[in-house]
Amino acid sequence: MVSEWSWRQSPRATPSYVQKIFCPFRMKLTGFVAVAEVNMSFVEYSDHIQDGDTAIIYLGHDSMMPVKVQHGAQTQTRYGAIRHSTDLIGKPYGSKVTCSKGGWVHVLHPTPELWTVTLPHRTQILYTTDIAMITMMLELRPGSIVCESGTGSGSLSHAILRTIAPTGHLHTVEFHQQRAEMAAQEFKEHRVDHLVTVRNQDVCKDGFGVVGVADAVFLDIPSPWEAVKHAKAAMKKQGGRVCSFSPCIEQVQRTCEALADQAFEEISTLEVLLRVHDVRTASLPLPDFGSDPTETPEKTAADSAPKQTNVTIKTTTPPREIPGHTGYLTFATKPRT
Amino acid sequence: MADNGDDDSHCRIKEGDYVVLKRGDIFKAAQIQLKKKVIFEKQWIYLDNAVGHFYRTTFEIGSGGTLLLKTPKEMESSTAAKEAGADNRNIVDDGKSQKLTRDDIEMLKEQGLKGQEIIQQLIDNSSTFKDKTEYAQDKYIKKKKKKYENTVTILKPSCRILAMMYHGREPGKICHLRHDTLAQMLTLANIHAGSKVLVFETCSGLVLGAVMERMGGFGSVIQMYPGGEPLRPGVDYFGFPSHFRDMLHEFPICHVNALLTGTLNTKTKDPSIDSEKSVLTAKDVQQDKADVKQQGSPEEQSREASSVANTSDDQEKEDREKRKEAKAQERKAKLEEKRKKMAAAAALLDGRNADGLVIAGRFHPCPVLLGLLKFLAPSRPFVVYSQHKEPLIECYTKLKEVGGTVSLRLTDTWLRHYQVMPNRTHPLLLMSGGGGYLLSGTTVAVDHSKPAGSLRAEEPAPKRLKLTNTEG
Repeated sequence: MVSEWSWRQSPRATPSYVQKIFCPFRMKLTGFVAVAEVNMSFVEYSDHIQDGDTAIIYLGHDSMMPVKVQHGAQTQTRYGAIRHSTDLIGKPYGSKVTCSKGGWVHVLHPTPELWTVTLPHRTQILYTTDIAMITMMLELRPGSIVCESGTGSGSLSHAILRTIAPTGHLHTVEFHQQRAEMAAQEFKEHRVDHLVTVRNQDVCKDGFGVVGVADAVFLDIPSPWEAVKHAKAAMKKQGGRVCSFSPCIEQVQRTCEALADQAFEEISTLEVLLRVHDVRTASLPLPDFGSDPTETPEKTAADSAPKQTNVTIKTTTPPREIPGHTGYLTFATKPRT
Repeated sequence: MADNGDDDSHCRIKEGDYVVLKRGDIFKAAQIQLKKKVIFEKQWIYLDNAVGHFYRTTFEIGSGGTLLLKTPKEMESSTAAKEAGADNRNIVDDGKSQKLTRDDIEMLKEQGLKGQEIIQQLIDNSSTFKDKTEYAQDKYIKKKKKKYENTVTILKPSCRILAMMYHGREPGKICHLRHDTLAQMLTLANIHAGSKVLVFETCSGLVLGAVMERMGGFGSVIQMYPGGEPLRPGVDYFGFPSHFRDMLHEFPICHVNALLTGTLNTKTKDPSIDSEKSVLTAKDVQQDKADVKQQGSPEEQSREASSVANTSDDQEKEDREKRKEAKAQERKAKLEEKRKKMAAAAALLDGRNADGLVIAGRFHPCPVLLGLLKFLAPSRPFVVYSQHKEPLIECYTKLKEVGGTVSLRLTDTWLRHYQVMPNRTHPLLLMSGGGGYLLSGTTVAVDHSKPAGSLRAEEPAPKRLKLTNTEG
């Protein structure tokens, strides 16, 4: 049972990036909402919040939530309610919004990175540190054709779409029907559906649904070694890059063997971890050893002014606990075949 | 890049292409120029024979440095061991196990033996090879391969390859920016097609090139450069198609203040000397003059010499005048070009609605960041790289004071590679000690009503120490 969603026919007749390329200076919008303004999308910035947008409410350090902007709707936060019609729609992104209880928040334009930290989890997700590495090591860029499985919660998918727009395409395969449907729905809401095809099938059994088109393939499935041959088939004959993400070293072992069997080259496994440094002010007390009799009287006189008992420094501390393992990333190159 | 169908022309190496030479983990950027020597790993090579072949082809370096296509048959190792020991109890390091001497090996090389054949000779003449364990044999062959194999693979440049190349070869030139850190920067700054990004870097153009690659020719990149001319040799190595140049703009940071205060004059239509001076620094003009002098003098000398033989002195004078005028015209055109470029960049910056800011390099990041953040629209990401943590702590503290940013985070990444082999999987014995630090954040609308810099929940108030006497 293979169902497929494809929205390549974008509702927007002319993609708005075209406008940007030929218009050297973007029109600065003054006054209230201008009708001609581009809509928010995950692959393109817009200046003002509009009905239907997905905005990110920044509540404070490491505390954010996504909001679907709708006329008449309200969102509750710990600082009180935000009324979409009056507080959000028409305001520039980045604005400070005062909530009903008097507290305030900032409203941010969505980016794949903000989405990664705010999205509703339907599965374990990939985080920005790994995503950044995957994007560079797969050599993704505007125009790349990418295959991905599984779609999961769409964290990586959004980042891929941002990078390959406006001329690339993502074929993403998810074996869980509801997850596939929800991802497709999100892509539509985030106005990136013209760049992606979601397929609900098992990549290990049925492959990616495309052959000989991909520049890059990404695998995040329980048994990636079973999908390696499908990955190879999906890729261009000129070659390309593949990546597999696995939390367990046994998975890596089997995947590397499968990659070597399928004549992939430059097989390389690595792990990348983020280390956060919290900036803190530290006050270090100085010891008092009492008066020093060997010191000359003049010097003691000069020092008789109130003695400094503390030194304050700006430094960083590591968080008490950090993610120490996400998964191993295995990269390889498919040669020309 | 998007290439539909079977058009292979862009996959073939052409004269003039920028390529990356690879052997093992060693990379080197080069340009395909006929009859031009390239030094790679202490060897002279000519890349002429690579023209017409596909990228990713591996060549053997023949005598005289010419490239010979490596046949797939040779690639397959024939050194599969038949015998292997169980452990190393019988292996003694007495320095006598290899019967071939250094001179013997040199002789084999001179006889024109290929790497593979030399390795076979080494194995045949090793008394301990067959006693080594299977694993040790593999390791031995791998080690010898690295030493004697004389091959080079020609790759199409990419951000991944160039970042690894720079970090491996000349980390000093890119301020020790490790490739995974560059990857974080491009993602954290949300670099994508169609946006308007400011880049300030002193990393040989690697960061600028990486940003341009991610934008794929859509949108605009403004290089904010220090000094007289933008430096970006690394951008050439990317081998971008010519239309990528159209998105690249440049603006000298010495005019940032003028631009911010609205006193920058770029509108002069008829550039007389005076207006030129208002646009370009006096230093630039002086430099140009010096250039003219330097170029002029040897020419004049040679002309003086020839004038002895020649007759008409007047003709000479006229020529000289003409040349002088042409030079002046050229200089004027150059200045005009520069002025136009700056005007275009200034127009892009003027809206103060840039979509991203990337800073990396030797400069103290604090003034650079505070100065350039003013050009960003609200709700846009920025990222600053520094090899050192302290300047970024200063940036963080300063940004907290002035406000206008949220989500500030100081990070670095830890990168570890693995050897994956049946029964022998473990992390590599060596790893990079550090790849530099990043400060990232997002701009927000500046609140003028009250002084910003609320430390709301971001930094717990330092606990007062009970023992200290605060009265002093």
